[in-house]
Amino acid sequence: MEVTLTHFLIVSTILFCLGIYGIVTRKNAVMVLMGIELILNASNINFVAFSRFGNFGLQGQLIALFVIVLAAAEAAVALAIVLNVYKTFVNVNVDEIDSLRD
Amino acid sequence: MEIYDIIFYLFAAITLLSAFFVVTSRNIVHAAFYLLFTFFGVTGIYVLLGADFVAIVQLIVYVGGILILLIFGVMITNKITQVDIKTGTVHTLPAAIGVGLFTGIVGAVILNTEWRIVDSPMPVATLSTLGEMLLTEYVLIFELLGILLLVALIGAASMARK
Amino acid sequence: MNESLLINFAVVILFLPLLGFIVTLLLGKKVSKIFIFENLVMLIGLILSIVLLIAKVTTFNNVSISSEFMWIDMGDVPVIGQIQIFLGLLLDDISALMIFVVFLISFLVHFFSIDYMKGDIRYNRYFAYLGLFTFSMAGIVLTHNLLMMYIFWELVGVSSYLLIGFWFEKKSASDAGKKAFIVNRIGDLGFLLGLLTLFLTYNTFSFVEIFTEISQGNLPLNSEFGLTITGIFIFCGAVGKSAQFPLHVWLPDAMEGPTPVSALIHAATMVAAGVYLVVRIFGILTADAMLIIATIGALSALIPATIALTQNDIKRVLAYSTVSQLGYMIMALGVGAYKFAFFHLITHAFFKACMFLGSGSVIHAMHHEQDIQNMGGLRKKMPITYATFLISAIAISGIPLTSGFLSKDGILAGTYAFGTLTGHWYFPFIGFLVAMMTAFYMFRLIILTFHGEPRNKEKYEHAHESSFIMVMPLVVLSILSFFIWYTPNPMDPEAGWMYSDWIKNPELHTPENLRFGFMQSDVTSVITPPGEHRIMYSETYTAALHHVHGSAVFLSIAMAVLGILLAFVMYQWKKISADILADKLKPLYKFSYNKWYFDELYHKIFVAGTIGLSRLIAWFDLKVIDGIVDGSAAVTKAFSKSIGWFDDNVIDGLVNLTASVSAFIGLIFSKFQTGKVQTYIIMVIFSLVILLFLFKSF
Repeated sequence: MEVTLTHFLIVSTILFCLGIYGIVTRKNAVMVLMGIELILNASNINFVAFSRFGNFGLQGQLIALFVIVLAAAEAAVALAIVLNVYKTFVNVNVDEIDSLRD
Repeated sequence: MEIYDIIFYLFAAITLLSAFFVVTSRNIVHAAFYLLFTFFGVTGIYVLLGADFVAIVQLIVYVGGILILLIFGVMITNKITQVDIKTGTVHTLPAAIGVGLFTGIVGAVILNTEWRIVDSPMPVATLSTLGEMLLTEYVLIFELLGILLLVALIGAASMARK
Repeated sequence: MNESLLINFAVVILFLPLLGFIVTLLLGKKVSKIFIFENLVMLIGLILSIVLLIAKVTTFNNVSISSEFMWIDMGDVPVIGQIQIFLGLLLDDISALMIFVVFLISFLVHFFSIDYMKGDIRYNRYFAYLGLFTFSMAGIVLTHNLLMMYIFWELVGVSSYLLIGFWFEKKSASDAGKKAFIVNRIGDLGFLLGLLTLFLTYNTFSFVEIFTEISQGNLPLNSEFGLTITGIFIFCGAVGKSAQFPLHVWLPDAMEGPTPVSALIHAATMVAAGVYLVVRIFGILTADAMLIIATIGALSALIPATIALTQNDIKRVLAYSTVSQLGYMIMALGVGAYKFAFFHLITHAFFKACMFLGSGSVIHAMHHEQDIQNMGGLRKKMPITYATFLISAIAISGIPLTSGFLSKDGILAGTYAFGTLTGHWYFPFIGFLVAMMTAFYMFRLIILTFHGEPRNKEKYEHAHESSFIMVMPLVVLSILSFFIWYTPNPMDPEAGWMYSDWIKNPELHTPENLRFGFMQSDVTSVITPPGEHRIMYSETYTAALHHVHGSAVFLSIAMAVLGILLAFVMYQWKKISADILADKLKPLYKFSYNKWYFDELYHKIFVAGTIGLSRLIAWFDLKVIDGIVDGSAAVTKAFSKSIGWFDDNVIDGLVNLTASVSAFIGLIFSKFQTGKVQTYIIMVIFSLVILLFLFKSF
């Protein structure tokens, strides 16, 4: 079976769902961040794949680059938030942080 | 089966397996290590898609930057002296069911769709074209992202110092 | 230099003080040295105004330059017609001279105040107010229309109010500020009425356009009486601002302000604005209006002069003297001695400012002692102040070789000529009488202040000559009181450039039959350049002036010398005891000492009247209006009670029911809110799956 767009999309779907699974199940906030990185990678695979097989030129790759930049910014801000959470709650366990309820 | 396909399956396997370990491993440092392999796998997939520059950026930024940042986060927020670096999981069963269903549905959607594929030749070197696009058509977005990055860095620094 | 450059100069001169005001006011609290900026701005303004004056009297001697722009365009208004309001500047001989006088005195007063006001808690704000005043005054002088003049007129009123009440912690000062403001308002009402009458008739505020219309025979309200009454209305503004009888009561009280302010505003510039206004509208005054103006002027010259004879406060004497001299100018305008009136305006500005600043120097040296009975002998302690004060006093008395002689003698000659021409002999009579009184009370002031033995040893010991900063303006102003600046011949102003070249006789626009006989144009003197209808002053008046000039000079010198001699006899050599004289003429003395009881009279009539009226209205308000209000309140209250019952039982019941249903539903759904983000995400995923199943998009 020749490898085409569908294969790449399936890979990215699975990666995406694994990312969601990570976000939902892990207790540690840093692990949640890792899940987010997986999701971003999945989306990037989609962009690059469409750029290769669609008639878009290199625009998809360009957007993938932009996403990487955003990911870097997001990681920095998110880690700063994690540090603040750590200072406030003394741990970074997401399931114990439920002040959203109040 | 061509050599291209074999390499694709190899990289896909590396990516998905290590991603699975990332989300399931109890040891957070191990998880970070598996994430490294996931990024490598994705890099390989980029190369297979002819995106050489994106692949290199992925390697440098993700592996060299973001991953290091995450590991630092781990080390700062967990007392290193304690062995309690392992972290547990919560409500795995409903998550697994939900995510599984979702994967199935999206996969079915993808397989049942008639994709209009343009079989363009594999691009040779994308760097100069990308550079040109960045500084002409997309220069505004490029600059805005630069500002965003700067703001994010300053914001992160000021938040972390507080 | 061309005309547009000159206008640009005028615009810069106008707005420089405003700049100084804004900067000084805004930075006053932050930058303690900002007053230097204000002084610098005034110095630049002074230099520019000198340049302007020189350019005006040399290159542009006979032209009046104006420039205007449209401010408001109301378009075609029903009934009235096309309304377009223009703002603009007018530069002619009198405005160029006047702007120079304003800036010179304003700068000197600024300079003087640096030392005089030292240590005041609102030091910088004081300079800011001075800047605002100078701006408004420049506006009055330079404007080419009545509306702008009215606006700046009110601005001058405001800055005068601010400066009189500058030490508002003192009740008398804040009261004086209010008094000045309110009394001025009465006069301004007349000004406003005159302005509106003119606008209603001509749809324009511009002097030139109004004058043109009147010379073409279009009279306000279509009647001769309309023109007379308009002139008198506008003159009311001058009565208020120039402190003419019967509105003169505010000026002596205004002496509560800082002394340099008195010099600037209440001697040289603001009070001169009234005279300036009459000068501006001189061409449209009818004979009746002029007669009224002359009468008011004569009364204002006489009454304050009699009051000044007995006052003991150094500044009050000067204040009454100012009113009296302004009365002179108004009287001169009324009798047609236009040039001399304006001439006297300028010379008086210099020597009266000098005297006020000199009194400021004395008050400063005596630690805010203003009563001349506690002074005496200061001649030795303050020689420069004494010398400058003496020169100014000689000038105001009208002794030859001074500027005051030139202008005052001219005014007296003018009234004399008016007497011979029309038979109204009481104007010259009052004029010469006041001249004698002026000389008397001025030298009484000097002798009591500077001559003789010190009557308050302690204060005398501490007195000292003021610093250079305070003495310099005195010297400059007293030098300007000599004749040489105005004419080479000390006995005859007509030989000089000021009288003959710089101030020109105005064109008259009043219809011939409404003028005094001697102002009607006779054939010999009408100069008609092509395309222009220009009516010059009649030869008759000039001839009469020449005819009486000799005797007027003799009489005025005699009167001045008589007054001075009397002062020396009574106060220096004490041949006649002032106290015994006062005792003998007790009713007269008390009448004068109590300022003719004007304040008491006004208090009885207007203040008490207003209070009585207010009481009546208050009674009406309490009994009738409140009764109606209370009645309607009771009805409303009863109605409200019934509605309130309905509200409590029916409406509230429904509302409470809704609330409990909502609370029940909320209780169920609140279980879903765990506060944990992860459970939310799981819910989102399940919802998404359910949605995808429902829509079967695969």
